[in-house]
Amino acid sequence: MSELDMARQLPITLDINKFMRKSRRGTIKTSTKSKSDFAIKMTLFVLLFLTVYGFATFDYKNVDIAKAVTGTWNNAKVLFGQPRLTYGTWREMLKELFVTFSLGALSTIFGAIIAFFGALLCAKNIANPIVANITKGFVAFIRAVPTILWVLIFTISAGLGSVAAVIGLTFHSAGYLIKAYAESIEEVDAGTIEALKASGASFWQIVFQALLPSSISRMTAWTFLRFEINFTNALAVGAAAGVGGIGFDLYMAGNHYFDLRELGFITYIVVAAVILLEVLATKIKSTVK
Amino acid sequence: MSDKQTSKITGETSKFQNRTSIFVKRKRSFTLAFLGVAALFVISAVVTNYDVINGFTSIPKAAIWMVKHFIPDAKAWSRVPYIFSKLIETVLVSVAVTMCASICAFFFSLLGTKTTRSSPWIARTVRIIAAFFRNVPDVVWAMLLLFSFGQNILTGFFALFFSTFGMLSRTFIETIDEVSASCVEALYATGATSIQTVFHGVIPSSMPEIVSWVLYMIETNIRSSTLIGILTATGIGYLFDLYYKRMDYSSASIVVIAIVITVIVIETLSNKIRKVIM
Repeated sequence: MSELDMARQLPITLDINKFMRKSRRGTIKTSTKSKSDFAIKMTLFVLLFLTVYGFATFDYKNVDIAKAVTGTWNNAKVLFGQPRLTYGTWREMLKELFVTFSLGALSTIFGAIIAFFGALLCAKNIANPIVANITKGFVAFIRAVPTILWVLIFTISAGLGSVAAVIGLTFHSAGYLIKAYAESIEEVDAGTIEALKASGASFWQIVFQALLPSSISRMTAWTFLRFEINFTNALAVGAAAGVGGIGFDLYMAGNHYFDLRELGFITYIVVAAVILLEVLATKIKSTVK
Repeated sequence: MSDKQTSKITGETSKFQNRTSIFVKRKRSFTLAFLGVAALFVISAVVTNYDVINGFTSIPKAAIWMVKHFIPDAKAWSRVPYIFSKLIETVLVSVAVTMCASICAFFFSLLGTKTTRSSPWIARTVRIIAAFFRNVPDVVWAMLLLFSFGQNILTGFFALFFSTFGMLSRTFIETIDEVSASCVEALYATGATSIQTVFHGVIPSSMPEIVSWVLYMIETNIRSSTLIGILTATGIGYLFDLYYKRMDYSSASIVVIAIVITVIVIETLSNKIRKVIM
């Protein structure tokens, strides 16, 4: 083909039909089908089916739902509307709150230390792939057991008290943080690690001079997030396993004294503490970054 | 060299000396952080009467105890069908709770996002309500519901529903604001109404993220429902507690194994789905 012929063809006519998809009836399609779309629809369909199936098969034990709902509504009004302490004192409650806070702090510290070394074994860019896979499997197992079961298991070997609570909570936080830390370490620039390796740095020198400084802010953010989770978990564990802290007072008020007002009072203390922690965490995260 | 120049030079050197190197600074802040954490550790250990030695020795002790007692025997195996039915119930509750809560949270979060351009007052109220439901612990909801519903499956259901609703409302608001901001603006520019924008802009663009969060919440709720089950005497959590308190450890071990398998299966499944949809 001569150049002249090509030049003649140059003003390409834009064939809109090439870009526009039409349905069989000839209307323009406004959406495209993709694998992801299909997967989303299938997932939602299966989950909705399971929901309906669940509601159909649950054993409701002939509960009068209307009566229970109005009863709960009235109780909620008392709980949130008229908080009052009867059995405990302000100082006791604050002390117990501090115990729960400390349980959360201890398990976060232990979890973070274990997770740091665990993450070094797990992170793809520095770890041996076989060791990494074994560690990941082990971590998946630890995370799969609910925290409360760990706590109950440890109450046998360590007795009912803070040790069982802290170790039970630590298991889960370590599992969670290993995954989070490993992801933070994997985001470190491969060039930095290679440069240090080439200059003859040892493994620990790489860890402390390259990995830790560049991922510390992300790690701190994850640790604080976990601390918030650990605080609420310590509360729940205190209530369900009776290992102390303000969770246990919550349990006593609700299941022992049947005192809604006391329950409401403790709830307000806890909610205030949780909000305070959240604000603190956001502040610390912003200073680290 | 004149006096003026010398003073200038010394001034510069002193300025240079005052500027500590980045390594010294880094070391200093690490030391400070370390001391802070150490202090927190000591205070916490004192407050909770935490026995460090007992803490370390209890791990091998618990491991040995688990190996000795957590062996399923014949009686425990005969309980497998019952345990399995309770496990299915717990999984169904978690799925049902998450689905109901996410549907409610989705419509609720539409009022709270910038994308639908509802009034700032409504958006603020929505955020406050979501924060309320998120921050009141599920233990409190369980206690409150226990008064009227008794030891019923609905107690656990609603307790989990409230906390899931609060959690998902916030994440949905954030997700929608983040993911669909640009396409929403484009749709409004073409003159689309709020409802059209939601159906053609917000839903398609934020759906993958939202489904991913729903899957995550299902995993979380299976674990939480164990704890709520212990408190409200329903589901698999109660079963574990029951066997455990009867010291029927071999049956309890089957419960643990069943939970572990379920959670790992659901986790793998949702990771696979996430890979396809994201």
